[in-house]
Amino acid sequence: MPAAVRVEELSYIYNQGMPDETVALDRVSFEIEEGAFVGVIGSTGCGKSTLISHFNGINRPTSGKVYIGGEDLWADPSDIRRFRFQVGLVFQYPEYQLFEETVYKDIAFGPGNMGLAREEIDARVRRAAAFCGIEEAWLARSPFELSGGQKRRVAIAGVLAMEPKLLVLDEPAAGLDPEGRDTILGQIKEYHRQTGATTVLVSHSMEDIAKYADRVLVLSGGRVAMYDDTDKVFARAPELLELGLSVPEVTKIFLRLREMGLDIDTDVYTVKYAVKTILAARAGKGGGAPC
Amino acid sequence: MKEMLKADQITFRYAETGRPAVDGLSLTVRRGEYVAVLGANGCGKSTLAKHFNAILLPETGTVTVEGMSTADEDRLFDIRQKVGMVFQNPDNQIVATVVEEDVAFALENLGVPPDEMRRRVDEAMRMAGVYNYREKAPHKLSGGQKQRVAIAGVVAMRPDCLVLDEATAMLDPIGREKVMRTVHRLNREYGITVVQITHYMEEAAAADRVVVMSEGKIALEGTPTEVFRQVDRLRALRLDVPQAAELCHALTQAGCPMPDGVIDVEGCAAALYRLLTGRDAPDAENAKEVAACPQP
Amino acid sequence: MLRDITIGQHFPGNSLLHRMDPRVKLVLTVAYIVMLFVGSNPAGLAISIVFLTALYLTAKIPLKMVARSVKPILPIILFTAVLNLFFMTGTSEPLLAWWIFKIYREGVYYAIVMAVRIICLIAGTSLLTYTTSPIVLTDAIEQLLKPLARLHLPVHELAMMMTIALRFIPTLIEETDKIMNAQKARGAQLDSGKLSQRVRALIPVLIPLFISAFRRADELAMAMECRCYHGGEGRTRLKQLRLHASDIVLAAAAALVFAAIGMSNLFFERIG
Repeated sequence: MPAAVRVEELSYIYNQGMPDETVALDRVSFEIEEGAFVGVIGSTGCGKSTLISHFNGINRPTSGKVYIGGEDLWADPSDIRRFRFQVGLVFQYPEYQLFEETVYKDIAFGPGNMGLAREEIDARVRRAAAFCGIEEAWLARSPFELSGGQKRRVAIAGVLAMEPKLLVLDEPAAGLDPEGRDTILGQIKEYHRQTGATTVLVSHSMEDIAKYADRVLVLSGGRVAMYDDTDKVFARAPELLELGLSVPEVTKIFLRLREMGLDIDTDVYTVKYAVKTILAARAGKGGGAPC
Repeated sequence: MKEMLKADQITFRYAETGRPAVDGLSLTVRRGEYVAVLGANGCGKSTLAKHFNAILLPETGTVTVEGMSTADEDRLFDIRQKVGMVFQNPDNQIVATVVEEDVAFALENLGVPPDEMRRRVDEAMRMAGVYNYREKAPHKLSGGQKQRVAIAGVVAMRPDCLVLDEATAMLDPIGREKVMRTVHRLNREYGITVVQITHYMEEAAAADRVVVMSEGKIALEGTPTEVFRQVDRLRALRLDVPQAAELCHALTQAGCPMPDGVIDVEGCAAALYRLLTGRDAPDAENAKEVAACPQP
Repeated sequence: MLRDITIGQHFPGNSLLHRMDPRVKLVLTVAYIVMLFVGSNPAGLAISIVFLTALYLTAKIPLKMVARSVKPILPIILFTAVLNLFFMTGTSEPLLAWWIFKIYREGVYYAIVMAVRIICLIAGTSLLTYTTSPIVLTDAIEQLLKPLARLHLPVHELAMMMTIALRFIPTLIEETDKIMNAQKARGAQLDSGKLSQRVRALIPVLIPLFISAFRRADELAMAMECRCYHGGEGRTRLKQLRLHASDIVLAAAAALVFAAIGMSNLFFERIG
């Protein structure tokens, strides 16, 4: 089976030839397997947003190739719109894109553009709304009457309703309170589990990436700095810190323990796993001895 | 210590029939104090903040700023000068097209003479760490830089108190850290009272006092240690708990003897060291300092 | 892309022209536009071109910037030129005759003069915005219009509005770009289709943009009140505009050039 996403030697340069020319992506190559849940991290300006805008052809590579499901995105530029329906892209603060009179119509905008039959659109709107915890009663209301967190969910439902094979979310929880954040990320994880859609989550929060992603792509200065399973990436915590990134607080605690001279694993990145590690170290005793 | 802000039994509703956003709340902030107000969305924390410089007036009860009632219209400009506000969206509070002109905006409004204004604007830009971009256009700056420009614009008024209404919510981690450093420095070095509305618990952990709001009332109040040790209570209020506190809590429940009141990385690491080796951690003395706000 | 718009762009610098009092620059620009129409003849335009070239060199602004600012109005220039070329009838024999079209010597002459005049106009006014930051320009307008405030004209308010508009243009352009991308990601066709379809396709962009602009306006108004904004009364300014000796010298020099442009009418027939 072809990879869900394959990026080959992708470079992207803003304002090429101008004095303010900037290389946003520099010969980036990687592959995302079908059905994976990949977290993308990197500090501001590392090229994360530029990268994901390549997945559905909003940005066109300066050089290099992007393949979605084995197909070259730019093989036929006039056909680029087809990929917009295969790749669902949720930008930052997506609630600012709402425009319809009702929640229902707004969620139906994407499927409508796909030219689907009315019954199919209806079914998709309802399925997407259910995934995002949007109650039946809201569908007839104006999206502008809803709270910030609710609007965000409507906007995400608008992308889910296209039932993309690849779902890409840029900071979907930015600016939300802890509960709003957990709700939305939980719904995305559930959507991934049920539909098997390949999911890419861009986030500044290491705690969130640690909690949800199976694999982590670390971008730095427009290049891929690391790309590995989540535990293996967080096991390289000192390198992450060097790249100006943060690590989950539990990882920091274990790094500190190691500095104090304890022989303990530092690939700990969730509280659950931390508890397990500590309990095992206590039971084994040997693991807890200073080295 | 002198009182800076005092809210006495205040109630406020946005719609006449609706549920109060702030419901019979009383809070006193002392001069020089750093108070974090924590709470889930819709708990009334931003509404409370807008009472501190008379953007909103309470329906019942009174708010006083250094003894001046916010309901006293004659003192409106005195109050707004004493209590500076910084809001969430950095783009929507910058008026001018050049950084230094924006920092001067409040002083222009107050009719400060140009020579004095120049001095105060430069001083405020240095205090907020934006002096190096003084001639830049705001839209060329990052979110964190813009937010510090907004802080400078407020600091130029020489306020006694700074109210930050979710001022870091839209920033990336680096921008947030820089804004936090700036605010802590203003508090420590210039004695400016800070009231910070936030839902980031690591920011609240660096305050002198934490006030947790829920449904328009104060649900919890105390030092960060006193507040964050109450893991179950915070979860019930739909808030995060620092992972250090969460880990200690989980280990205590699993039967490990963990000390009470551990809320940061250093404290937690020291406690775990003791748990696993039975001895005190090697350098427990400088454990306290690190926490959420790094030193400049 | 939308971000490429260059109208009213400012090139920060420290040249004589950059440092010149913006009020003087503004008045001189207006005077220049008038003189361009008065001295609309080959000699007048030649003086204009020399004058402008000297100013661009002084301001250290690359001359290719003129090409950039002329580019968007090129169709208008061509249209004017073509119109003159074909519809100007002369007394002499036509240079070229084909079907109903006849081109006379006068037509060619007029077309060139008109085109050059428009280019000079654009180059001259661009120079003002290139060398003057928008906020300083707004200040100058406010100061020059101050006498009108006595007639109860809201001069300060207008200047404030201009400042805020200038401040938010880049923000809103960036936002438009973001909204367009978000709607494109949902399959909206913004860059193809028939005109009627394209106009309809703008709704999903315009509505969010307006809503956002109103939200921003609301928040900005609150932030301004928090910083004690209460209209123009009793306001002072950080930057005071002061006339320097160099301004007066430059203004006098420009006046001489303008006089020369005006005098050129004595030797050549005015066109247009």
